[in-house]
Amino acid sequence: MSQPSLPIRVEVNGRGRSVEIAPHHTLLDVLRADLGLTGTKECCLVGECGACTVLVDDRSVDACLVLAAEMDGARITTVEGLAAGGELSPLQRAFLDTSAAQCGFCIPGQLVSAQALLDRVPHPSRAEVEDGLAGNYCRCGGYEQIFEAVLAAAADGRPVPQAALPRADIGDRSSTPDADVAPQ
Amino acid sequence: MQRFAYERPTELRDAIALLAEHGEMARALSGGTDLIIRLRDRTISAGVVVDVKRVPELATGIRREGDRLVIGANTVMTDIAEDETIRSRFTALAEGALVVGSVQIRNRASLAGNICNASPAADTSPALLAFSAVVVVAGPDGTRRIPIDDWFVRSGVTTIRPGELVTAVELPMADVPVGSTHVRRTRRRGHDLASVTLAVAVPRDGPVTLSYGSVGPRPWVVTDSSGTLADANAPAEVRVATLERLFSSAAPSPTSMRASPEYRLAMLRVLGLRALETAHRRLAEAAA
Repeated sequence: MSQPSLPIRVEVNGRGRSVEIAPHHTLLDVLRADLGLTGTKECCLVGECGACTVLVDDRSVDACLVLAAEMDGARITTVEGLAAGGELSPLQRAFLDTSAAQCGFCIPGQLVSAQALLDRVPHPSRAEVEDGLAGNYCRCGGYEQIFEAVLAAAADGRPVPQAALPRADIGDRSSTPDADVAPQ
Repeated sequence: MQRFAYERPTELRDAIALLAEHGEMARALSGGTDLIIRLRDRTISAGVVVDVKRVPELATGIRREGDRLVIGANTVMTDIAEDETIRSRFTALAEGALVVGSVQIRNRASLAGNICNASPAADTSPALLAFSAVVVVAGPDGTRRIPIDDWFVRSGVTTIRPGELVTAVELPMADVPVGSTHVRRTRRRGHDLASVTLAVAVPRDGPVTLSYGSVGPRPWVVTDSSGTLADANAPAEVRVATLERLFSSAAPSPTSMRASPEYRLAMLRVLGLRALETAHRRLAEAAA
């Protein structure tokens, strides 16, 4: 029943790669161990913390929950692929400018999720940033600076008013926290 | 991670043959957001993982076929939440899909995987029940269509048979406007499993359908033919009396760490009232 290895072809950060992978290895394993791309972090391994977020065909995924074998033919972007030609992206620059990184461990995942959000919604509201990054935990609790960085990058570096746009009717999650239901 | 073999069939018959050949040691892989976790923590074991994402019959896509909307088995939550027909005609399903996990999970988790995992707290189940969805499965003996109310048995258990695969989920298109919504309670905002889920569908004419989950071994669906819940102007106390009767199957586990039974039952009523208001408002907007 065991297969020694499988050949896959993937494009990682714009570069075609052929890799021999073990069937039970995840995309996260292969990025870190086989391709040496250690910017993508290993943390919870249950798809909750988002430290391993990468883009697969332009969509963000938790690399710990994807088998490398599934990726045959896919286009993958890791945090190492965000800077072009040695220049930090505007988003990365905004993270530096707002001191969004504290211990820094979650930042690669935060950056990739934020980039995915901005690619889809170039000028997100505060609520959209919160939802877009809900799958990325920061154990330092530095969410304010992270949200600020994303909003600043969306505004091309100009200061952003903090007032959120009205939330869309569909998918309104304002009713979710317990505090909304009954007086505590 | 435990070791297993990986197969990626491109024909439905090959996928079914692999499942039949390996029986309990074969696991179908669609999005993997539940499966990979359980393979890693060894709550399930697999000799072979059968990746069904390249089987054409299960392909991603949402299409209209006559009086049904057909959602391909591999369609992920992001695509369901963004689909215009689902947002306008099956709003509760779009809302349910939109609160599954995080963006990363929704980009990967499939509708078929969600119903096969059969968590009582699954966010797509109440809407599928409220809209009388039909699960289409293919197996060694051909194709079966299973009404979603006959699908769920208990957590992790459905009426799918060995060797069968879900190929699609169908939603009957109503010929009258329907106002609907999915609501839930979680411990924290953002990424969490629900402590209570509830969906309601209010058609312009006809009975109101209401479904609720995370308060027992499976999500339940009930219908109110009395006209009380269909009345957009019924007072809250009248609605509550009807809701209490409809919630009679709710039996939350006393050992769950997410919420106490008392809390879940109290919130079920709150969510029911809220959902009815939203659904009636949407129905009025759709009919305007």
